[in-house]
Amino acid sequence: MSTIPKHIPAEGYIPPSRQREQPRSQYKYLGQNMKRVEDPRLLTGQGGYIDDIKLPNMAYAAVLRSDRAHARIKRIDTSKAKALPGVILVLTGEEAKKMTGPTAQFATPPVVQYCIAVDRVRHVGEAVAAVVAETRYIAEDACELIEVEYEDLPVVIDALESMKASGDAVLHPDRGPTNIAHQKTFTFGPVDDDFAKADKIVRRHLRWPRSGAQPLETVGAVAHYASGTGKFTVYCNTSFVNYVGFVIAGSLGVPAHKLNVIPVTTGGSFGSKLFTHKVITLAATLARACGRPVKWMEDRLDNTLSCDNHGSDRIYDCQLALKNDGTMLSLKFRVIDDYGAYLQFGYGTHGNSLCQVVGPYQINSVQMELIAVLTNKCQQGAYRGFGSEVTNWMVERMVDAAVDELKLDPIEFRRKNLIKPEQFPYVIPTGNLYDSGNYPAVLDEALRIAKIPNWKDVQAKARAEGRCVGIGIACCQERSVFSATEFWSLNPVDAANFTLTSSPESTHIRIDPTGNIQVTLGSPFWGNSPETVATQLVAEQFQCDPANINIVYSDTASGYNSTGPGGSRFTVMIAGAIVGASIKLKEKMLRIAGRMLEAKPSDLEFRDGKIGVKGVPGMEKTIGEVALFAHMFRLNLPDGDDYASGLDASYVYDHPLTTMPAADRSHLGIFYPIMGHMCHLALVEVDAKTGKVKILDYVAVHDAGTLVNPMTLAGHIRGGTAQGIGSTLLEQFYYDENGQLLTATFTDYLIPTLHEMPPQIRVGHVQTPSPFTEYGIKGGGEGGRMGAPPALSAAVEDALRPYGIKIDELPLTPKRVRGLVRAAEQGKG
Amino acid sequence: MAGVTINLRVNGTATTRTIEPRMLLSDFLREELELKGTHVGCEHGVCGTCTVLLDGQSTRACLVFAVQADGSDVRTVESLSKDGKLHALQEGFWEKHGLQCGFCTPGMLMAATELIEKNPNPSLDDIREAVSSNLCRCTGYYNIVDSIAAGIAKMKEASK
Repeated sequence: MSTIPKHIPAEGYIPPSRQREQPRSQYKYLGQNMKRVEDPRLLTGQGGYIDDIKLPNMAYAAVLRSDRAHARIKRIDTSKAKALPGVILVLTGEEAKKMTGPTAQFATPPVVQYCIAVDRVRHVGEAVAAVVAETRYIAEDACELIEVEYEDLPVVIDALESMKASGDAVLHPDRGPTNIAHQKTFTFGPVDDDFAKADKIVRRHLRWPRSGAQPLETVGAVAHYASGTGKFTVYCNTSFVNYVGFVIAGSLGVPAHKLNVIPVTTGGSFGSKLFTHKVITLAATLARACGRPVKWMEDRLDNTLSCDNHGSDRIYDCQLALKNDGTMLSLKFRVIDDYGAYLQFGYGTHGNSLCQVVGPYQINSVQMELIAVLTNKCQQGAYRGFGSEVTNWMVERMVDAAVDELKLDPIEFRRKNLIKPEQFPYVIPTGNLYDSGNYPAVLDEALRIAKIPNWKDVQAKARAEGRCVGIGIACCQERSVFSATEFWSLNPVDAANFTLTSSPESTHIRIDPTGNIQVTLGSPFWGNSPETVATQLVAEQFQCDPANINIVYSDTASGYNSTGPGGSRFTVMIAGAIVGASIKLKEKMLRIAGRMLEAKPSDLEFRDGKIGVKGVPGMEKTIGEVALFAHMFRLNLPDGDDYASGLDASYVYDHPLTTMPAADRSHLGIFYPIMGHMCHLALVEVDAKTGKVKILDYVAVHDAGTLVNPMTLAGHIRGGTAQGIGSTLLEQFYYDENGQLLTATFTDYLIPTLHEMPPQIRVGHVQTPSPFTEYGIKGGGEGGRMGAPPALSAAVEDALRPYGIKIDELPLTPKRVRGLVRAAEQGKG
Repeated sequence: MAGVTINLRVNGTATTRTIEPRMLLSDFLREELELKGTHVGCEHGVCGTCTVLLDGQSTRACLVFAVQADGSDVRTVESLSKDGKLHALQEGFWEKHGLQCGFCTPGMLMAATELIEKNPNPSLDDIREAVSSNLCRCTGYYNIVDSIAAGIAKMKEASK
């Protein structure tokens, strides 16, 4: 029985399912811990990452970066740099602008950015000039010989200050006389009524700091421009290139077919390599200008200062309305988000947040006031969660605040408010749909694995000894399979601009005359297991040995109609594409095998690498025999397209379930419905004297629907939890008042080492299939980072309960924790 | 800039090159010798992806000039598999899902190689200590530790 809130017209709101492969009780290849097919090349140093690409006659680029946070560029003298032997080209922003337009962006109204700054720099690290030379060493030498004269402008770093800024402190005056990029209130359901009904209103002021993905490989591109054809060929470690390649061609001023981007093996992305448009645009611009292939590879400092992919940076004022018995009624909040100096994705991170803003709970109404602010920092991009990880933290902090103020049990409070299995499909106040779930089962499994009574014993014993040990719980959503409306649904309605609604994934499957299956993916390898996942899905479809399957990747010249991995969408979407293409191909193979076996196609089945007559062992042909026949014996088959030579099929799989927002934005439609769920439990000890947080035990149970490969999903969960530990305890891009990024290297920006990890992360899986996707698969790519921050925050707060400390701000560095303890002690004294 | 001629062994092969004195060992391996398995992640000695063995000692190739390796024996990840067969440590990583993006993996493998050469019977804590100097952003490290333990078990099995 579906659940739809009263303010949403129920009639026809949930479209019918397009699922073709029902979940089954048993699979041969799905659900198996198959060793990854990607690994042998990666283990032997043959990964083929972007910095491994070397073209004949290739030159190397380096970038001079601004040391000012906000300044006019008065004059640039490149003569000394140009005179250095080995230098091929020096290009300023002004010069580059004559050849190349602004970089791709999706903000409304637009926020114009160039691959090299023009007239003005808006954050430390922004490119001011680029050099191409015979070696990277010479290119970097030449950068030091460029003289830049700046006229400083007022620097705005604090979002609250920036909201009040005027005059020269406004970053983009052409967009209006303010640094507030967008301010709007969205009301979903009867918020005022629900607050009027409340017995209790819990209020919190919360602060989520800026952190980032920081994969160990930076972004790079190798570009070649052939003047004879006017075509660019660019190798890049990018993820979404089939989705946005045509926009980058627009920046370069060429039609889309004149830019072929070839994606290469990526050394980690976590969202940060979705749109690598600035790197591609710069490398291509330099290659065209100097007439030679150019490699532009960010170094670590280039990446931290100017990667365009810092994460959310939010200040929340929240109110949660409840009844005295703990029933949650309504959630109301104002969120100020410091987007930095540019706005490439508009307000997509908040569109994203609204897809699961009530968490796993029955909450009747929601109101959000969004204030998006520009400051002199690197712009935001994507980092594992794309804003929803912050919402998870906010919701769970509010739940813990409520539990605290109403003096209820944190586990029982959650259990009471959880959406129940029989309420799915469940539409939340913002209009998004939760497709399926069994949240109490996930909670119970986590509690079972953790053995909570044991943890409570550890805590009681520690408290008796005066040590601070705490238990934290988080019940969180993990939305998967993004559609596209989140990127514009929060824009001003009369200027919604480019209101895209497509987010397809496609594949091409070809069986060669020997029966081996080649699968072309439109999405590149972004650092996880696309080849393994596709191999398992194809093996399941054809019931064949995975060793007979080969996965390749398309470039933009051969592979449109693909979006790319992001928003935990790849596995679900490629499953849809593979099922679609396989069904087409299998129908043809059954027709041909029917001719060979003199049997009706409907009497045949795929089994153990063969096609055979059902119930008649031995009466069968191998896939190889059928393939050879299909490729080479045309005259033995009837005329007509049904028997055209060869075996290949392609399929475009559109998003399984997405609808439009309401015109008045009283709801946002269904836009992120394939809803995973998790329960994280943490046991921590806090040293009140040093402020150090030590994780003693950790449990993470996830429900990502039907599992394709439990081993690789567990890898996501553990790895994501490690990043969540980083976000909670260690990581922050910290800008001082002059706009200098003080944590720009790995000596200052601390990503967790092995010693920061708990002794173990005990992982459990619950499987609630989706009724809308093939086999019932859900996405799980963002994993632990969406659950660890609230679980750890709650655990630290619980550990410090004797001090009455509230955790309202991250990261929980020793300095911050000590500050809280000191303040609490002084308050008592 | 005047070149300097260096002689060294790289993965068992005697190698002579004339290079700029300021060339980093990581760039020498990658650009001069086309050994692309040694990755560069941070260029300031923190992340450990560029870890190679310099005379048997695990070394950040981004913090050493190639001229400093003159007369030395250098081993990279390319030295591990022989005749198309993976090294037991590589087998361990494959079996235990010790990698996702694979970028830190060569450095992890070389740190593990040093460990087993110096201590053939390491405890899990010894393994943890040996790879704790290297960053991985994908795995959370557990599978890396398990992978190395599995690789060592395979080596013991093979030498029985």
